[in-house]
Amino acid sequence: MTSLYQERREDEAMGAQSGERLVEVDGLKTYYGEEGGLLGGKPVKAVDGVTFDVHRGETLGLVGESGCGKSTLGRTLMQLETATAGSVEYDGTDITTLSGKKLKEWRQNVQMVFQDPDSSLNTRMTVGELVMEPLNVHSWKTPQKRRERVRELLDVVGLSEEHYYRYPFQFSGGQKQRIGIARALALEPDFLVLDEPVSALDVSVQAKILNLLDDLQDEFGLTYLLIAHDLSVVEHICDRVAVMYLGNIMEIGPVDAIFDEPANPYTNSLLSAIPEPKPNAEKSRITLRGTPPSPRDPPSGCVFSTRCPYKIRPDAYENLDDDVWEGIEVFREVLRERGDVTKSVRDRLRGLLGMETTGMDVEEVVADTFDQLDVPSDVQQYIDEAVEHVERDDLVSAQEVLHEEFGSVCENEEPEQLAVGDTGRVSRCHRHREEYMGTQTYQDVHDFS
Amino acid sequence: MSDSAYAPEGRAEEEPLLSVDNLQTAFFTDKETIRAVDGVSFDIRAGESVGIVGESGSGKSVTARSIMGLIDSPGRVVGGSIQYKGQELVGNSEKEWQRMRGGEIAMVFQDPLSSLNPVYTVGNQIKESLRLHQGMRGREATEKAIQLLEDVGIPDAPRRIKEYPHQFSGGMRQRAVIAVALACDPDLLICDEPTTALDVTIQAQILDLLHELKDEHDLGIMFITHDMGVIAEVSDRVNVMYAGEVVESAPVEELFNNPKHPYTQGLLESIPSRNERGSALTTIEGEVPTPNEPATYCRFAPRCPKAFDDCEQVHPVPVEVDDETDDHEAACLLYPDDVGQTEAVELHQSREDATEQEVTE
Repeated sequence: MTSLYQERREDEAMGAQSGERLVEVDGLKTYYGEEGGLLGGKPVKAVDGVTFDVHRGETLGLVGESGCGKSTLGRTLMQLETATAGSVEYDGTDITTLSGKKLKEWRQNVQMVFQDPDSSLNTRMTVGELVMEPLNVHSWKTPQKRRERVRELLDVVGLSEEHYYRYPFQFSGGQKQRIGIARALALEPDFLVLDEPVSALDVSVQAKILNLLDDLQDEFGLTYLLIAHDLSVVEHICDRVAVMYLGNIMEIGPVDAIFDEPANPYTNSLLSAIPEPKPNAEKSRITLRGTPPSPRDPPSGCVFSTRCPYKIRPDAYENLDDDVWEGIEVFREVLRERGDVTKSVRDRLRGLLGMETTGMDVEEVVADTFDQLDVPSDVQQYIDEAVEHVERDDLVSAQEVLHEEFGSVCENEEPEQLAVGDTGRVSRCHRHREEYMGTQTYQDVHDFS
Repeated sequence: MSDSAYAPEGRAEEEPLLSVDNLQTAFFTDKETIRAVDGVSFDIRAGESVGIVGESGSGKSVTARSIMGLIDSPGRVVGGSIQYKGQELVGNSEKEWQRMRGGEIAMVFQDPLSSLNPVYTVGNQIKESLRLHQGMRGREATEKAIQLLEDVGIPDAPRRIKEYPHQFSGGMRQRAVIAVALACDPDLLICDEPTTALDVTIQAQILDLLHELKDEHDLGIMFITHDMGVIAEVSDRVNVMYAGEVVESAPVEELFNNPKHPYTQGLLESIPSRNERGSALTTIEGEVPTPNEPATYCRFAPRCPKAFDDCEQVHPVPVEVDDETDDHEAACLLYPDDVGQTEAVELHQSREDATEQEVTE
């Protein structure tokens, strides 16, 4: 099978050990709908300034909730989306500037495996034609040699000769994914972006595909970027992991460091949400409130500040009852949502014409939120002030009052990427700074689970 | 498979809410008869959460749909019984089914967006349930709808009931669907992969919610999923399905700590987090077969690492795995553990003869 790749890539296997960089991403941004226009509103900041490297021969995992921009990032690396700013250097060339013939030539080096094999394979082509398509597109050698190569490829991914003339519908999900992988390997790429390659498959089939990907990497010295929302898959096959939230990379580092001692609050929450296949496992679960904010209007400061269970409090409220603090956060979230800029054009017009009443039923919301809680009078006075503003339909002032009193560094300053430990891990969180209590200490003091 | 042998003492005292016995559902096509559910038996009690786990095509969803009377032509329930609060459901007329659905047994599906009507507000859809099942109207219904939305953890409910499903996020939609189901005040909730389409953080929220609801409303929950992690978290009792049959059934801790059926063992071993980081994953060879003929053999035998000659000849029936362990059954010729193999095979053979049935159109 060594003949599949023209030259053995022993030099590349060496590269993995020395940590040689294959892809260098610097300050990459991908915005949608930036053209704006009269009614366009703000752009969707799908990827908002990420910087990281992919080393030759490694598997880098990219995890995050849906809508966090991980697929967009993968597609931008493949030049399937146009970057708004920043650079992607592949083996020394900035590919965001490539176009035309040069882009086509470069594309032989990178390939993608998509999530849903049902929609990524043309149902009217036979498996042979499907796998041969990339070879035809790039006019690879002679037709005779192409056919030979397709047979080799089918063999490599664990399909057999007899499958050559069959159509995709005759295959099971796992087999279809194998066809997708064969197609991606056709042009001897170095770098594969795997976009949720196993999430549509049953666990026993998933295990087979993951083993196959692992074998192929060993054999051909491939570099993978694995995009997945299933953290157990990432934990199992990746060398390094990047955790994304709302267009930002919150934490990136070696898999052992991230999974054994997550540093970033978001990584902590994400990991604690995985259901363990062990009943009654002693685990303190952090259940995050709500859903990520809209990428059109990311929060100021740290993007995770609206949901963060480890958020830094102002000194005056450090010892405030945890439930009351939670109540305040919920109330602020409600106000934030009511002032949502992502509303439809019609809603915004209604708002401008004063037909939309954002102050509706705010008393009820407050009553429901702080129900049965012993709210100290100094806190209550600010909530009352905010409620008054809301009732006058002045959401902005209400939010300001609460921000002024309960806001902290998390909402005011964007956290820097700080190194954590000595494993080359970096994380974006103010709690890594010396003047604040670390996440672990905080968790011990405020026992939330 | 006698009921008394099946139920442990603690569970037996109480009358089951739902009792499924030897249920058979088949789909009749021109080419073949597919026995999607082939002799499935289990009980669900009030306040108990029963999980059904299996790969795609194992018959989990068809079991749920049979209980709801939602099997369409060319499919049909061809045998067995489904008793709800002692009342037989198999053979119900459409009218009788309608009385049962929603008010008694409600169902939550995988994709919340397709279970909500896009042209009505969420509040409208909850109020529809309230009107149909509890006769509430007007302001009373609106207040109840707001309270239901708050119960399922949607903040700012008074505003949210006036919004349409597309304005909700995925997790909130699933909460809204659960609110609609609860509006009917059911005693049994069937959840068919309710968190499969959601992120882990949102999944955690929904699982917490189901836990709370189970305790508060004393609901019986039947939870279908292919995710072993989720099943470990939500259920009190687990049934593992393979090719239309329940191959193993046990309380959740017993099943995970002490899996007996080779299929369950294989399924657990192929989970990435149960394997050492970076090592190759354990796999089960082959694919799930389509159950298109009567089971006169073990359907897992071709993939089973422990298969022996008799597996091709004798159809295993669920038996207690050994004398000491209560309430743990596996349909495998290797069990009962504490008798010799020949004796075990004979036991399966004799029980199988007693229950054999033909499926005809």
